[in-house]
Amino acid sequence: MKAENLRIVFSPTVYENRRRHPEEFVEIAREIRRDIIKMLVLAGSGHSGGPLGTADIHAVLFFGGYLRYRPKDPWWSGRDRYVLSAGHLCPVLYSTLARAGFFPIEELRTLRKYGSRLQGHPGRDMGLPGIETSTASLGQGISIAVGMALSDKWLDKNDRRVFALTGDGELQEGSVWEAAMAAAHYRLDNLCWIVDNNDCQIDGRVHDVMSIYPLDKKFEAFGFTVLHCDGHNYAELMACFDQFLENHRRGIGKPTAIIAHTKMGRGVSFMEDDYRWHGKPPTPEQALRALQELEDPYIAVVETTET
Amino acid sequence: MPEFQLLGHRPTRQGFGEGLVVLGERYDNVVVLGGDITESVMTSFFRDRFPDRFFSIGVAEQNATTIAVGLALSGKIPFFASYGTFCAFRNADQLRISVCYNNVNVKIGGGHAGISVGPDGATHQALEDIAIIRSLPNMTLVVPCDYMETKKATIAIGEIWGPAYVRFGRANVPWFTTEETPFRLGRAEVFRDGSDVAIIACGAMVWQALLAADMLAKRGIRARVINNHTIKPMDIETIVTAARECGAVVTAEEHQIHGGMGSAVAEVLAKNCPVPIELVGVRDTFGGSGDPEELMEKFGLTWKEIYTAALIAMERRDKGSAGVRRVTDPYRTH
Repeated sequence: MKAENLRIVFSPTVYENRRRHPEEFVEIAREIRRDIIKMLVLAGSGHSGGPLGTADIHAVLFFGGYLRYRPKDPWWSGRDRYVLSAGHLCPVLYSTLARAGFFPIEELRTLRKYGSRLQGHPGRDMGLPGIETSTASLGQGISIAVGMALSDKWLDKNDRRVFALTGDGELQEGSVWEAAMAAAHYRLDNLCWIVDNNDCQIDGRVHDVMSIYPLDKKFEAFGFTVLHCDGHNYAELMACFDQFLENHRRGIGKPTAIIAHTKMGRGVSFMEDDYRWHGKPPTPEQALRALQELEDPYIAVVETTET
Repeated sequence: MPEFQLLGHRPTRQGFGEGLVVLGERYDNVVVLGGDITESVMTSFFRDRFPDRFFSIGVAEQNATTIAVGLALSGKIPFFASYGTFCAFRNADQLRISVCYNNVNVKIGGGHAGISVGPDGATHQALEDIAIIRSLPNMTLVVPCDYMETKKATIAIGEIWGPAYVRFGRANVPWFTTEETPFRLGRAEVFRDGSDVAIIACGAMVWQALLAADMLAKRGIRARVINNHTIKPMDIETIVTAARECGAVVTAEEHQIHGGMGSAVAEVLAKNCPVPIELVGVRDTFGGSGDPEELMEKFGLTWKEIYTAALIAMERRDKGSAGVRRVTDPYRTH
């Protein structure tokens, strides 16, 4: 089977960013997961595991009223900023931004294609609304987020907040800890550092490839307030983000780290918690199965005329 | 044509430090990041004058470079300065992706460039930074010739939009340009006219080029001396015109011959006006400890090498490649 043999339809649903009941995120996150599978099978390359594993985090952050933004005025000067330091997870960000109304949902079809604004890793040069910075050389995005938070807190002295997400394998990059040092040194309580802790990287389990543990003790030693959550539990995610906003409001003078315990490939049974899904897309057959599991209302096999 | 006389000796890093203060006075969004060697690269002038706009990042060049990106994405004009060995190499990936691919308004001051760093030795002598920096898309690269020009160049890169790198040194070197000496980013300046041979130099080698031209004049050879301070984007017109009118070219820089300013000139001339080119620079070796002037002699970075190279280039022009072997150059390896 080829991708052309699948009927790939992106639903037109756009979601509001507002306070929600945890149950409301179930459908939003499922929609994002469907988008990810569809984008990747159409692209024929890309990362599946991480984007699926962080769909719940993105759903809560962007549609739960935590990140302040205006999709029709993407560079609004009062916006909070989100930096996806683990740039290879970009399919989840592209889907989230499209579902928030930053750009047409149909554009998700163009992932990784020549001339697309949806580059294989986020590129600011393409001018895609909502992409604050190019990322993907691991470790750099979090330092950029520190620079943004530094500017907001100590130069512009405004109430903007900076959210950044790193992978856990990414924490093996030494410069990440330079960023941690600086965030604590400058008392950046406007910085929320989310760690996608799925313990998976391309070569295997993070604790086998090069252990980063104990993670909470490391962040605490660097001067962070550390929060834990099940990265797929909406109530727990909300509690963490609420706590960060409270930390910022109170001006505790410490950055916040949220260690989100996640499963790579979450939501698709045959991908879940399997590091081999880090960097590959589903085949059309696998995409069909995945979209059926995700209750996609459109998916079907169609006949194409071979030439 | 400007006439030059020696005004004294000053380090180019002083021009960088003073230029930052001028920028700080003009623009309240200019900020400076320190990498623990603020006295050494003279960002301390800015720190003492504008303490609220100076952030110490410590010995962490990768982080400083990317924090600068975050500041630039927040509407600031951040300068990060360190030794060229650390702020063009240690952070090369950050420069490539986060600064240049992102195309943000980050400025880098690369100090302690060249062999004239002196006693600190090879580890601290940036001799390959031009090669790295000029290979990056979206980047502007300036190598000013003395204290005054470094001050002007620092102000100039602060006033253009986009990634930029200014290269300067540690040692006291001849100071010979004034407020009135023409300087415009992206335009090579003819510092001395002539049409027998063109000497294209940057940094401290511009003064040596002027000395070489004086010595050549004693033999009746009129050398054109060009201060090619902006290596990227290069002033192709001035370079090609010089090659066409002189027919022989010498380049001189305090940097490896491989990938440096001379290589950039050769790239331009190979396409537009192929003429014999002799490259004066460090010949694929590391530096070492010593007094700055002693090292410049040992590593072949004085007017003498430029003088010899000019004679070789002219002979190659006049007699074809057969003429090359007749002039003895003990350092000649290529």
